[in-house]
Amino acid sequence: MAQIKNRLTPFFENITFDREDNEMILNFGPQHPSAHGQLRLMLHMQQEMITKAHPDVGYLHRGMEKMAENMIYNEFMPTTDRMDYIASSSNNYGFALAVEKLVGLEVPRRAQVIRMMLLEINRLMSHLFWLATTALDIGAMTVFLFAFREREYLMDIIEGYCGARLTHAAIRIGGVPLDIQDDFITQLRVFLDKLPQNIKDYEDLLDTNRIWLMRMEEVGVIPTDMALSWGCTGPMLRASGVAWDIRKEEPYELYDEVEFNVPWSDKGDNYARYRVYMEEMRESAKILYQTITMYQKCVKDGQTELMAHSPKYISAPKLDIMTQNYSLMQHFVLVTQGMRPPVGEVYIPTESPKGELGFYINSQGGPYPYRLKMRAPSFWHTGILTDLLPGHYIPDVVSIIGTTNIVFGEVDR
Amino acid sequence: MRAYTPKDDVQKKAYYSDRYYVSPQVPKLEVETDEVFAKDLEAIKSKFEVKEAFIQVEQLVIYINANDIYGVLELMRDELEYTQLSEMSAIDWLAKDNTFEIFYQMLSMNKRKRIRVKYFIQNGQAVDSVEKLFRSADWSEREMFDMFGIEANGHPFMKRILMPYDWHGYPLLKTYPLEGDEHAAWYEVDKIFGKEARDVIGPELRDTAKVDRYDSERFARLGYEVPKGTKITGDEPRNEESYQEEGGVFLIKKFDKKDSVVVDDPQR
Repeated sequence: MAQIKNRLTPFFENITFDREDNEMILNFGPQHPSAHGQLRLMLHMQQEMITKAHPDVGYLHRGMEKMAENMIYNEFMPTTDRMDYIASSSNNYGFALAVEKLVGLEVPRRAQVIRMMLLEINRLMSHLFWLATTALDIGAMTVFLFAFREREYLMDIIEGYCGARLTHAAIRIGGVPLDIQDDFITQLRVFLDKLPQNIKDYEDLLDTNRIWLMRMEEVGVIPTDMALSWGCTGPMLRASGVAWDIRKEEPYELYDEVEFNVPWSDKGDNYARYRVYMEEMRESAKILYQTITMYQKCVKDGQTELMAHSPKYISAPKLDIMTQNYSLMQHFVLVTQGMRPPVGEVYIPTESPKGELGFYINSQGGPYPYRLKMRAPSFWHTGILTDLLPGHYIPDVVSIIGTTNIVFGEVDR
Repeated sequence: MRAYTPKDDVQKKAYYSDRYYVSPQVPKLEVETDEVFAKDLEAIKSKFEVKEAFIQVEQLVIYINANDIYGVLELMRDELEYTQLSEMSAIDWLAKDNTFEIFYQMLSMNKRKRIRVKYFIQNGQAVDSVEKLFRSADWSEREMFDMFGIEANGHPFMKRILMPYDWHGYPLLKTYPLEGDEHAAWYEVDKIFGKEARDVIGPELRDTAKVDRYDSERFARLGYEVPKGTKITGDEPRNEESYQEEGGVFLIKKFDKKDSVVVDDPQR
């Protein structure tokens, strides 16, 4: 059958590419290796300089918010994995925490410690991935291979815990499904003991590297007010002079019990962001050491509970389900019908590796959320390219996209 | 008689609800219980009408008039140190009273407080853009327009952001089915070949593993599979398809049908 040509008119077809003012429009993406996913940038250029940037997103849109309205709360958990798929446990956690706050659950301490371990491992994985891909984009192949090697090690640990490497679904509403495996702590220790040397290796390769500095220093400067106005969070905001870390300022889980610093910089350029990421890896390692001690204390104190006790919302432990009639009935109802949280709404922010990951849930007392809005940090970190890119040159685009650390699973949701 | 299904909300519903079950409420606290919030609310109240205010899960929620939104957010940003608009979107209440509820999630880093500013608009009414105050509203308002069809007055580029520009319908409305409407199902066909080609091309088979349970002819004919469209007579030859390598694999014995025993008695 013949295709009707004029029905395929692209949106920007009527633009002439060689106008009198010599403006050119360059389509960057959506299939560009350093766009880290499906980002299409329409760049208006004067020679090599960008005069106007227009990010176009939505190529990975799966309608997760719509899906959430048609799923019971527990059913939605694996879907959250597909948001920021580089650190999927942090999405699981953000959603679980929002539902727990809505329902008013208290998570047992041992589960809290395991959650913190998972979250920090995910942060390390995400930051290592960021370093690897950004360095690769800028041409540092060695750093890419080094960082992926370490990330692989972490993924093996996570795989040992939940069986998955990328889409973990390792956190449940009300706790965690499993205790950590026997060699978890041993493996983690081995990794953590090596990590400072590894980070030093990356830094030796990059910190004073002439090419790295040329691509990073004074490039992509985000002033503080611009970062605030665009809703930047996480390392993006901290590199622009605001030392705001939700783990520190509005602590959740046991983050108020662990000691760590919030690295920040007032430079706001690519290099500042790079430094913040590197320092955050060190802080994560510090937190992980402390969680190991906390975990061992839990074991010593005989705290074995992993899920919150709340018969109305959370299934009983497997042993009870298999031995007690009431637990089995309640489990059956919770699986087939789903839990029914109280009427009300919450907005719960957490510090994901990319920034503030918030879940807004409006519940009308039914087993399906009436409205669920996910505040993904990368969404605004992509939007800021509109204001950030003009004035830069075409090679800077790649390094700026790199340091914004955007993941399109969560931009498009 | 067929059960009535409401057309104004086609989202999934609980198949069973206890008639006597009363949902509990997430507790709402008085604003006076928090000093900082009480002060902020006073400041807002002195200039604008606040219809309702309470604290829910450690955050202040205020309801204002739709026209005041720009003023309220400006006051909050410039005088009350709420420097960031974290999130904004809408909730669809069209089935209930033909309104949308719009919420703005504000964050003050100095006070470590969060306020949710909300108001209602009628269906078809536009909101005032706050893009001049917070650049992040640029994309949020576009997303809200994309998902609900709510326009923002004064927005510089009111276009769809996640869906294609020529999409029909607004996906997050409660009237929009999860699997998409008719326009969604035929989107590519209509665009490339024209509507008249719908019959020729046929609907898209999105689920290739789907088993048609009403297809009594080809359903579960293991060993006697026939290509689609074949007239089934009942004396098809058996497909002797082996699922194991001919010589067997290392350590695993080749299964020989002749040596196997068929248990006739199901009770055994």
